[in-house]
Amino acid sequence: MSYITKSPWVIHYDGSSCNGCDIEVLACLMPMYDVERFGIINTGNPKHADVFLVTGSVNEQNKNVVKQIYEQMPEPKVVVAIGICACNGGIFKECYNILGGVDTVIPVDAYVPGCAARPEAIIDAVVTGLGILEQKRQALANGELLKEPEPEAAVAAPEEAAEEGKEEA
Amino acid sequence: MVKVIIAVIAYIILAPIVGGFLAGLDRKITARMQGRVGPPVLQPFYDVLKLLEKESITVNRVQDFYVMCFFIFVIVTGCFFFAGENLLLVMFTLTLASVFLIVAAFSSNSPYAEVGAERELLQMLAYEPMVLITCVGFYMFTGSFEVGQIMLSTKMPFPYLIGIFLGFIFILTIKFRKSPFDLSMSHHAHQELVAGLKTEFSGKTLAMLEAAHWYENVFLLGMVFLFFVNGTWWGYVIGIVDVLLTYFLEILIDNSFARMKWQVAINSSWIVAVVLGTVNLFMLMFVR
Amino acid sequence: MSTISTVIFLIGFPLLVAIALLILKSDAARDIIVKVAAVAIIAASILLVVQQFGSGGEYFEIKAAETIGKIMMVCEVCLAIIIVVLGCKYKRFLAPVFAIIQTPLMIWFELSKGHHIAVNNPMYIDRLSMIMVLIIGIVGSLITVYAIGYMKDFQHHQKEGVPDRRPWFFFLMFLFLSAMFGLVMSNNLIWMYFFWEITSLCSYFLIGYNGLFHTKENEDKVATRNAFRALVMNLFGGLGFVIGIILLGTYYETLELSTMITIGAMGYSVVAPAIFLAFAGITKAAQMPFNSWLLGAMVAPTPTSALLHSSTMVKAGVFLIIKLAPVLGWNVAGIMVMMVGGVTFLLASFAAISQTNAKKVLAYSTVANLGLIVACGGVGTAEAVWAGIMLIIFHAVTKSLLFLCVGTAEHQIGSRDIEDMDGLFERLPKLAAFMLIGIAGMFLAPFGMLISKWATMVSFVDSNNILLVVIICFGSAATAFYWTKWMGKLSATMAGRENIQKNVHGEETFVHATLATLTVIVCLGFPFISSALLVPYLEGNFGSVDTLALSANNMVILCIMVAVLVLLFAFFFGKTNKKIVPLYMAGYNMGDDLTFMNAMKGETAVSLRNWYMESYFGEFKMNVIGVIATSIIIVATVGIVIGTLGGM
Repeated sequence: MSYITKSPWVIHYDGSSCNGCDIEVLACLMPMYDVERFGIINTGNPKHADVFLVTGSVNEQNKNVVKQIYEQMPEPKVVVAIGICACNGGIFKECYNILGGVDTVIPVDAYVPGCAARPEAIIDAVVTGLGILEQKRQALANGELLKEPEPEAAVAAPEEAAEEGKEEA
Repeated sequence: MVKVIIAVIAYIILAPIVGGFLAGLDRKITARMQGRVGPPVLQPFYDVLKLLEKESITVNRVQDFYVMCFFIFVIVTGCFFFAGENLLLVMFTLTLASVFLIVAAFSSNSPYAEVGAERELLQMLAYEPMVLITCVGFYMFTGSFEVGQIMLSTKMPFPYLIGIFLGFIFILTIKFRKSPFDLSMSHHAHQELVAGLKTEFSGKTLAMLEAAHWYENVFLLGMVFLFFVNGTWWGYVIGIVDVLLTYFLEILIDNSFARMKWQVAINSSWIVAVVLGTVNLFMLMFVR
Repeated sequence: MSTISTVIFLIGFPLLVAIALLILKSDAARDIIVKVAAVAIIAASILLVVQQFGSGGEYFEIKAAETIGKIMMVCEVCLAIIIVVLGCKYKRFLAPVFAIIQTPLMIWFELSKGHHIAVNNPMYIDRLSMIMVLIIGIVGSLITVYAIGYMKDFQHHQKEGVPDRRPWFFFLMFLFLSAMFGLVMSNNLIWMYFFWEITSLCSYFLIGYNGLFHTKENEDKVATRNAFRALVMNLFGGLGFVIGIILLGTYYETLELSTMITIGAMGYSVVAPAIFLAFAGITKAAQMPFNSWLLGAMVAPTPTSALLHSSTMVKAGVFLIIKLAPVLGWNVAGIMVMMVGGVTFLLASFAAISQTNAKKVLAYSTVANLGLIVACGGVGTAEAVWAGIMLIIFHAVTKSLLFLCVGTAEHQIGSRDIEDMDGLFERLPKLAAFMLIGIAGMFLAPFGMLISKWATMVSFVDSNNILLVVIICFGSAATAFYWTKWMGKLSATMAGRENIQKNVHGEETFVHATLATLTVIVCLGFPFISSALLVPYLEGNFGSVDTLALSANNMVILCIMVAVLVLLFAFFFGKTNKKIVPLYMAGYNMGDDLTFMNAMKGETAVSLRNWYMESYFGEFKMNVIGVIATSIIIVATVGIVIGTLGGM
C-alpha cells in the first residue's frame, strides 16, 4: 500500500509566466475546486514537495533556479509543466532569451497545454502524475536507479490533454 | 505501579492515533468553515506515512539528530504527565524538547529556518510564564505538583482556577500553532516564511516532527482535562467534553483571525499571564 | 594531620604561593608552581572535607587569636592607607572617603567595646563551609591553571611596550584564594570582615589590571574607572558590615556569627545587625542597585571574571546571606533581601536578552542567579536555603566553565561577541561542545541550575510568596530565551570554516574538559550532595527538614535523564548516512549555503543575526527601573530598622 498517491504535496514555481496559469493553479486550491480533497497541499518548499508545478518558459535567468528546486526535492518526485509556455516556450519560443519549455532543463512527467491552462486540466495532470509517482516510489523502494522518464511515457501527452481540455470545456 | 505502566504504554500507542485523528478533524472542520469539502479525516496519517516513504535527505550531519531528540523528549514529557509525575518536571522536559527543536532549526543556518527558530523562541518567551503559573495554580489548589495527586482531588479545580484556565487557553493557541500566533511555522502563510522552522526538514524527519506534534497536542489537552477532574465519573465526562470544546474553540480562533505580528503575541500573552494568572494566584492564596 | 592544621594550610599555603609567584618571574617556574599549588590546594580542600565529614563540622578555639586580631588590625590600616593613596593618585575621592570613615570606626570599636567581648570560637567548619571550601579549592585552582595559558595569550595580545605584569596577576589570584578560604571559615565577624576587605581589594586590583599602575599611554581608562566603581561599591557594603558588627556588639554583646544565629533562633529579634550584614552581602553579590560594578568588572582578564566575579567572590555575598537565612524570612530584613533579590533576578534576566557581548550576557546571568540565591536566603525557609545552596554549587561550576570558554573563544576568534560565534562547531569543535554543555547546564531540564530553580520555585510557593513566584516564572522564560539563542548561534553549521582547535593551549582544554565533566558529575551526584551535605546542614540550622522541594523519585528521574542525554549525544551526535543537500534560499543557492543569486543576477551573502529586543529589554531601561525600585526598597527597610533602633 502506498501513501504517496494520497498525499501529493506540490510546489509551484512561476518561471516567466504572464500569471495567467498561476491564477489557474491557485484557483485549484480555492473552495471551488478544493484540491485538498485529494490531500494536495501547496507547500512552497521543495524539501516538502512531491509534485513540481512549473508555469512559464525557462530562460537564462531562471534555469538554475528551476534545476535547483528540482534537485532539492526528495525522491520520488514528478514535474508537471503547466501552460503552453512551460510545455515548449509558447509564444515566446523564438525569443532571444528563452531556452524553451521546462523539459530543456529538467525531466517533465506531465504536460498541461493551454493558454491559460484550465484548473480541471491541471488537476487531471497532477492526478495522472500520481501514477508516475507511484512507479517511481516502487523503483526507489526496490533500490533501482531511477531512469529519466521518456516524455512520451507521460500519460497526459500534449495533444490528448488539449483535447481533454476541449471536451471538458 | 502497574497502572502507571499501562498509562504510559497506552499514551505511547494511543496518543499518535488520537492526535492524528484530531488533526484530521481539525482540517475537515477548517475546510467546512471555509466552504470547502476538505480532505479525508485520515489525511494526516497519509501525510506522515508518505513522508516515511520519501528519500532521506538532510542539510547537515546534526540537524536530524536534534529533531530526533525533540521527538523523544516530547514523548517523555507526555509519559511523565500520564504517569502522574510532577507537573514542573513535565513542563521542564517540554522546554528541553522545544530547545532541541529550536537548535535543530538554528543548526541548518538557513535563513528561513533561522527566522522561524527566532520566532519559536519568542513564542516560548511568550507562553512559558503562563505555563509555569498554571502549574503553580494547581499546586496551590491541590497541594501537590504530582499529576497523580491532582487527579485524586475531590474538588473540581476549574471554578477556583478560572483565570488560570482562560490564560492557559490563550497560550494554547500558541502551542497549537494556530492563527493569530502561528508565527514560527507559518502553516497558513508559507509565502512569508516558506515553512519557517521546518523549512529544512524533510522526509522522515518531517514525519517525526508531525508525530511529535500529535503527542504534544494530546498532552496539552490532558492539561485542559486536569482542570475538570473531581474524582467522579461526571467530572471525567465534563473534562472530555470540555477538551473537545477547547479544541473546537482553537479551530474557530484559527479560522477567524488573521496572523498577527510577534509584538502582539508577546504583549498579549504576558498581559494575560500577569492579569489572569497572577490575580488568580493571589485569590488562591486566600482560599487555601 | 589535624583539622586545624588543614585549615591553616588552606589559608597559609596560597598566601605563600602568592608571594613566591610575585618574586619568581620566569614563565617556566610560574607554570610549575601554579600547577603544583593547584593540586595541593585541591587535595587539601578534599582532605578537609573528609576529615570533617563524619563529625559534621566543628568550632575552633585558636590560642593566638589575640595576636592574629592585632595583625589583622594593622593590615586593615595598611589597606586603608593604600586605598587613600591610590584614590588621591587617580583623583577618585569617594573610595578614600569610605576608607577613612570605616577603618577608624572599626578600629575604634575593636579597641573600645569590642575588646571586652569574648570570642570563643573565631573559626568553624560546618557543611556549608565544606561546600564553599570545595568550590573554592577545586574550581578556583582549576581557574588558576587555566590562567597560565590564557595569560600567555593575553600578554601576546597586548600593545607593544606594555610591561609583563603576570607575577602581579598570579599574586592577586592566590592571595584571593587564601582570603576566600579564610572568609568561609571565619566565625568571628571581625575576621570575616578582614577577609572580606581583602577580597574587595583583590577584585579592585584585578579589574584595574590594565589601568592601574600603567603609564599614561598604556593605561586603559575604562579599567581604572571600573576598578574604582567596584571598590567604592564594595567599600559601601563594607561600611554596612562595620555597622552590622558594631550593632551586634553593642546590643547583643557578641561578635560570633553562630551566636547571632542562635539568638535569632531563640526568638529574639536580630533584625538590626542582620539587615546591615545582608546589605553588605547585597553589595558583594552585585545586586541592584549595585550591579553596575560587576558589569564593569568584565574588563578584567577572563580568569578573573571566572574566579572572582562569578564562581567565588560574589558568592561570599550570598554565602553571608545564606548563613543569615535562619534569622531572615518574614521580617523587615528578610523582606528587603527577598525583594532586592527577586527584582534583580527578573530585571537582570531581561537585560541579558539585549546583550550581544558574551561576557556581558554571562555577567547579567550571574547577577540574575545571585539574585535568585539572595531571594532564597531572604525567604529563609529550609526548602529555600536548600535551593539556594544548590544554586551556589551548580552556578559556580557551570558559570566558571562558560567564562573560561568565552575567554578562549575570544583569543581564538578575536571577538567576544555572540554574533561572531556562529559556526563555532566547525572552527573550535571541542570548545563549542564544552560551551554547549555549560549553556545547557545553565537552564535545561535535567541539569543543575534548573533543578535548583525548580526547588526555588516550590519554596517560594510554600512560603506564600506569590510575587516572587510570578517573578521566577517570567525570569525563567527570559533565561531560556537568551541561552537558547546563544546555543543556536554555536550550533549553526557552516561549511568551509577552518578548524583552529589546535591553537588552544593544552591547559585551557584540560580545564574546560574537567569543568564540563564536573558539571555533568554534579548533576548526576546531586541527590548524594543533598543527602550528605545539605540536609544535615539544614537540620542543624532549621530543626527537622520534613519535605524537600524535589522528591527522591524526581531526583532519580532527573539523573536518568542526564544519563540518557549523554548517551544520546555519545551514540548519535553528528552521525548520518543521509544525502546532504544544499539549503533552500528562495533564490539560486550558489552552492556554499552562504550566498545566493538575487533577482538582479548579483550574488548576495546571507547574514543571520539574533534578536535582541532592545525596545523591550534594553539594558539602560532595565537598569533604571531596577536601581530605582531596589533603592526604594533598601532605603525604606533600612529606614524602618533605624527608626526602631532609636526606640531601643
